[in-house]
Amino acid sequence: MCLAIPGQIVEFSTEQAGLAKVDVAGVKRNVNVSLLQDEGVACGDWVLIHVGFAMSKIEESQAKDQLRMLSALGEDEMAMDEIRGYSFAERE
Amino acid sequence: MKYVDEFRDPQLIANVSREIARLAGAGRHYRIMEVCGGHTHAIYRHGLKNLLPPNVELIHGPGCPVCVLPMGRVDDGLSIAQQRDVIMTAFGDMMRVPGTRGTPLEHKARGVDIRMVYSPLDALRIAQSTPEKHVVFFAIGFETTAPSTALTLARARALGIKNFSVFCNHVTIVPAIRAILDSPDMRLDAFVGPGHVSTVTGCRPYEFIARDYGKPVVISGFEPLDILESILMILRQLRSGEARVENQYRRIVPWEGNLPALQAIGEAFELRPYFEWRGLGFISQSALKVSSAFAAWDAEVQFEVPGIRVTDPKAAQCGEVLKGVLKPPQCKLFGKECNPEHPVGALMVSSEGACAAYYRYVHLSESVPA
Repeated sequence: MCLAIPGQIVEFSTEQAGLAKVDVAGVKRNVNVSLLQDEGVACGDWVLIHVGFAMSKIEESQAKDQLRMLSALGEDEMAMDEIRGYSFAERE
Repeated sequence: MKYVDEFRDPQLIANVSREIARLAGAGRHYRIMEVCGGHTHAIYRHGLKNLLPPNVELIHGPGCPVCVLPMGRVDDGLSIAQQRDVIMTAFGDMMRVPGTRGTPLEHKARGVDIRMVYSPLDALRIAQSTPEKHVVFFAIGFETTAPSTALTLARARALGIKNFSVFCNHVTIVPAIRAILDSPDMRLDAFVGPGHVSTVTGCRPYEFIARDYGKPVVISGFEPLDILESILMILRQLRSGEARVENQYRRIVPWEGNLPALQAIGEAFELRPYFEWRGLGFISQSALKVSSAFAAWDAEVQFEVPGIRVTDPKAAQCGEVLKGVLKPPQCKLFGKECNPEHPVGALMVSSEGACAAYYRYVHLSESVPA
């Protein structure tokens, strides 16, 4: 649960403030981005996701390092399961 | 995932490893605690111990949330789950933590309605779609997950969802470090500070460790090079007789932390006067409870909680391992009665637990000394 999963913001929800669609290695899920309101996030930004919430903004190169790290640790499937598991999104 | 493990640059790693050996020299033993379970996991997974000289010893700290949760709290949560019309929800890690009468997963098999969720927001969503039931979220975790629970509570209140509550077991890392520093068998020289917890807390809360206890702290990322570089930064401080907080994970961790997250925690939670940690005993002001402003969403207000203290199985020596007094294989049950398939102690449950990590990555390799 302390695992951080990087994803790229692709779209903001028009129905719920603070909700954005994030692409994690091809899987798109809604993620809460309200904790990054101070920094401001935009489409195309990369974020680290913990339990459905984006906790920090990161550089694209760092995001890719992080994805490689998950892959090397053999935890990429676990991370993808977690991302697929979020069901609070209205739809995918 | 399409990414491969090309990030392990053997040349860079060899350079850092050589520099660590040079700085560590001989004649002095260095004991460095990695506070975070994620680091423990990465250290074992990548065999980083093999890259360190024998006089640089890594000691695994209390930074795995399911590992430090005492059995009594698991039982308390399960007693709520067994009440009529309750749906208990919990993260996957939590499902396999043994209580006195079995794990949440085993209770589920016996017909208790316990469901795994990936986010507290999912628990709230179950509450919205099953208004005839009361949904409880079994909240665990350090500052990495506490903001998500806090914002879920705020959302429940904003939407007026009454059939949802939180059984709060969030803990905070700093008092645990202080307890370790104050313990009589404390022999640590420095700390590798937690990476993702610090995205929320920032670096400031660790300053007392350097200032009052004279121990260096380096907040570290999770890649092999991150951890090795952090150890190098620690050795540089120790060699020059310095003690300060340094941030190796600057690309993720802001010095001041995440202010909206800290604010959300501050609104939804209060500090408990004390809380029991597995292996460390009662630590004052070390855990969060749902604040009185959110009492209507506090499972400990809404339900009877037995609050009985349960001693851990005597043979399992989780406490000693958590404090760094014993190594995992020195526990009598390690790899025998207690293994990842049938964990007896909590340290064998989560992949972030020292015993599970050791079992998975070291146990099978005879070449690595205990």
